[in-house]
Amino acid sequence: MYKLRIRQLSLYYDSLQALKEIDLDVESNEILAVIGPANSGKSSLLRALNRLYEIDYARITGKILLDEEDIFNIPINDLRRRIGIIFATPVVLPGSIYKNIAYGPRLHRRLKKKRMDELVCDTLKSANLWDEVQDRLDDSASRLSGGQQQRLCIARTLAMQPEVIMMDEPCSGLDPISTAKIEATMLELKKDYTFILVTNNTKQAARVSDRTAFFYLGELIEVDKTQKLFTSPVDSRTDDYIRGRFG
Amino acid sequence: MTFRIGPRTSQVIAYITLLLMTAITVIVLLFIIVYILKNGLGQLTLEFLTDSTREMGKEGGILPSILGTLFIALFAILIATPLGVGSAVYLVEYTKGGPIRRIISFGADCLAGVPSIIFGLFGFIFFVISMNLGWSILSGGLTLAVMILPTIIRTSEEAIKAVPHTYREISYSLGGGKLDTILRVVLPSALPGILTGVILGVGRAVGETAAVIFTAGSSLGLPTSVFSSTRTLAVHFYILAREGISMPKAYGTAAVLIIIILVINFIAYRLMHRFIARYY
Amino acid sequence: MKDKIAEKLLLFIALSAILSLLLITFFIFQQGIPLIFKAGLGNFFALKWAPTRGGFGILSMIVGSLMVTIGALAVGIPFGLAGAIFLAEFSSKTIQKTLKPIIELLAGIPSVVYGFIGIVILVPFIRETFGGPGFSVLAASVILGIMILPTIVSISYDALLAVPNTYREGSYALGATKWQTIVMVLLHAARSGIVAGIILGMGRAIGETMAVIMIAGNALKIPGSILDSVRTLTSTIALELGYAAGDHRAALFACGSILFLIIIVLNIIAIRITSRK
Repeated sequence: MYKLRIRQLSLYYDSLQALKEIDLDVESNEILAVIGPANSGKSSLLRALNRLYEIDYARITGKILLDEEDIFNIPINDLRRRIGIIFATPVVLPGSIYKNIAYGPRLHRRLKKKRMDELVCDTLKSANLWDEVQDRLDDSASRLSGGQQQRLCIARTLAMQPEVIMMDEPCSGLDPISTAKIEATMLELKKDYTFILVTNNTKQAARVSDRTAFFYLGELIEVDKTQKLFTSPVDSRTDDYIRGRFG
Repeated sequence: MTFRIGPRTSQVIAYITLLLMTAITVIVLLFIIVYILKNGLGQLTLEFLTDSTREMGKEGGILPSILGTLFIALFAILIATPLGVGSAVYLVEYTKGGPIRRIISFGADCLAGVPSIIFGLFGFIFFVISMNLGWSILSGGLTLAVMILPTIIRTSEEAIKAVPHTYREISYSLGGGKLDTILRVVLPSALPGILTGVILGVGRAVGETAAVIFTAGSSLGLPTSVFSSTRTLAVHFYILAREGISMPKAYGTAAVLIIIILVINFIAYRLMHRFIARYY
Repeated sequence: MKDKIAEKLLLFIALSAILSLLLITFFIFQQGIPLIFKAGLGNFFALKWAPTRGGFGILSMIVGSLMVTIGALAVGIPFGLAGAIFLAEFSSKTIQKTLKPIIELLAGIPSVVYGFIGIVILVPFIRETFGGPGFSVLAASVILGIMILPTIVSISYDALLAVPNTYREGSYALGATKWQTIVMVLLHAARSGIVAGIILGMGRAIGETMAVIMIAGNALKIPGSILDSVRTLTSTIALELGYAAGDHRAALFACGSILFLIIIVLNIIAIRITSRK
C-alpha cells in the first residue's frame, strides 16, 4: 500500500522544466530521503505534492495520488493539511509560541480552549520542544533559537494532524546538536507519519532514511533502499554524488 | 590672469552652501513651531479647550471646533481606511502587473496630486448640493475621506509589500486559503505600517481648510448629529486670523493645531520605525 | 468560494480611487465647462472679471497663479535640491534619521498656519524692507516655496539614493571629488526623479489656496512687480464660492476646471517620468 504515487510528473516555471517525468512511490510510515545537487528538482517535487507550486505560478503535468486519490480532486486546503511541509529556514509567524501552533488547527475547525491547550502541549512534546518552552508559551516565537524555531515549525505542522510530512533541508542552518534532536524526532514520529526528507547532507540521509531517491537536473536517477543505494548504486552519477565528486 | 578654484576648494564651498541652506530649512520649520507655541501656549487654559465659542470667537473657547474636527476626521478615517486598505490588499495580493493594476495605481497617484480646493468644489457640488447632505459633518467627512484615500492606499501598499513572502508560504502550506492568509497573517503583520498611513491621514484631515470650509460649513454650534454643520479648528483659525477677530484666540487655536500635528507625526514616525526595524 | 467573493469585493473596493477621480472630473467639468462656451473663449481668457455682470475673464488670475508658482519654484528648487543632496550625500545615518522626519513635518503643518506666519511676519517684513503693501507675489512665493520644499526634498532624495553605488565608486576611481561626482554623475543619473519631484511641487504650488489667500493681497489685476498684490485661480474660487450663485458659481467651477486640467497634466507627466524606469 503506497501513501503517495507519482506518475509522469513534470513541473515548469515558465519555459524552465524543473521536474522531468518523475515516477516515484512513497510507502506509508517510511522516511524517504531525496538527495541531489542544487537545481536537481528536489524542492520542486515537494512543492508539487502539496500544490504549493501554484503560488509561484508554475504548472505541472502528470498524476499524483494520495491514498489512491488524485490530489486535484482533494480540496486544496485539505490537501495541504494532510501533506505538511517544513522549510529550510524556520519561519515563525509573528505572535506567541502558542499562536504559531494554533494557527493551522484554527483554520480548519473550531476547538475548545481546553482541547487546543492539549493539542499545543501534545505537539510540542512530539516535537521535543515542550520541556524547553512549557513556561513561556505566550512569549514571542521569534525569541527562540534557530533550532528551537525549527522544532516549533515541526510542532506547528504536527498540530494539523497531517499524514505526510515533507521536510526541505530542515537542518541546513542548524548546529549538530539541534540536527540530532530533529533527526531523533523524525525517527520517533515515523510510526505515525510518512516522511519525505529533502537533504543536501548525504550522511543525514544515510542516518535516518529507509529509502533514498537521487535526483539530478530534474530527473529521478534512481531510488532504492538507503543501505543499497549508498553501498552499490546502479548509476555512475549516483556513485559520483554520494562520493562527493560533484554537487 | 585668471583665478581658478581647485576641486578641493569648490567641494568645501559647496558643502558649506548646502549645509547652510539645509540649516535654513530646518530653522524655518523650528521657527514656525516655536513662534506659534510661544504666542499660543499662554492661551491654552482648560477653559479655552472646554468652553463654547462666543461672539464669533472673540470670547470663549474652541470646544465646538475641537469636537467638529474630531468627528470629521473620525468619519473620514472610518470611510477611507477600509477602502484604502482593501485597495492596497488587492494591488499587492491579487494583481501581478497588468492593466488593472496600472489603472488603480494611476487613480491613486493622480488623486494624491489633486489640490484641496478641487476637493472642496467637488464635495460642495456632489455631497452638499447633489446628494443634498447640506453643510455637514457627513459632507465634510466624505470629502476628506476621498482626499486621504491615496495616502492610506500608498502607505498600506508599502506595508503589505514589506511582509515577508515566506509568511504567506507558511500559511498556505498549513492549509490556509488566500483570504485566511491575508486576514490572519498579512494584515496583522502589516498593521503598524497601515496605522502609520491612517494616522498621517488624520493629520491631513485635521490641517485641511479649503476642502472642509465648503463642505462642513463654519457653524459655531455644538454638533448634535452627522448632519450638523460644523467649523473645524483649521477653519476657525483661518476665520479668526483673516478677519482679525482676535489675535490671542488665533494664536491659541494655532497652538492646538500645531500640537496635534506634532503628536500625530511623532506617533506615525515611531510606528514606522518599529515596523521598519521588524522587516527591513 | 469564499476566496472568489473576497476577490470580487476587493476589486470593487480597489476601484474606489479611480472612480473618485472620475467622479471629481465629471462634476467639476459638468459644472464649469458649459460656462466657458457660454461666455465664449474670447471673453473667458480676458481681463474683465465681473461674474455677476457677464464678465468672466480669468486672464489676470491665470497670470497670477503662474507668477506665484514660478516664484515658489525659484525658492523651493534651490533649497529643496540642497536639502536632498545634503541629506543623501553628505549626511551620516543619524543625521538622515533626524532631518528626514523634520522635513516631513514641514509637509504636515496646515496651510493656514503658513498663511498666518506670512501675515504676522513675512508681510510686515516685506512692507518695511521693500515698501508696497507687503501682501504680494513675493510673500506668496516665499511661503509657497517653503510649502513645496518637502515634496521636492523627499522625491529628489529617494532618486539620489536609488543611484547605484557603483556610479559613485566609478567616479571616485577617476579621481573626482565628492562634489564633482554629485554634479557630473549623480544629478544626471537621478534627474528623472528630481524632475518628477519638481513637477509635483509645482502642482502643489498652483493648487495651494488658503496660504495664498491670506498673503497675496488678492487684487484683481496683473501685478506689475513682485511687490504688487496678486490673485490666483484658487483664491478666486475660495473667496467667492461662499456667496456665488448661477453663472457666477459656474464661472468658479470653470476656474476649477482650468486648474484641474493643469494639475492632471502635471500629474500625468510626473507619473510617466517616475514609472519609466
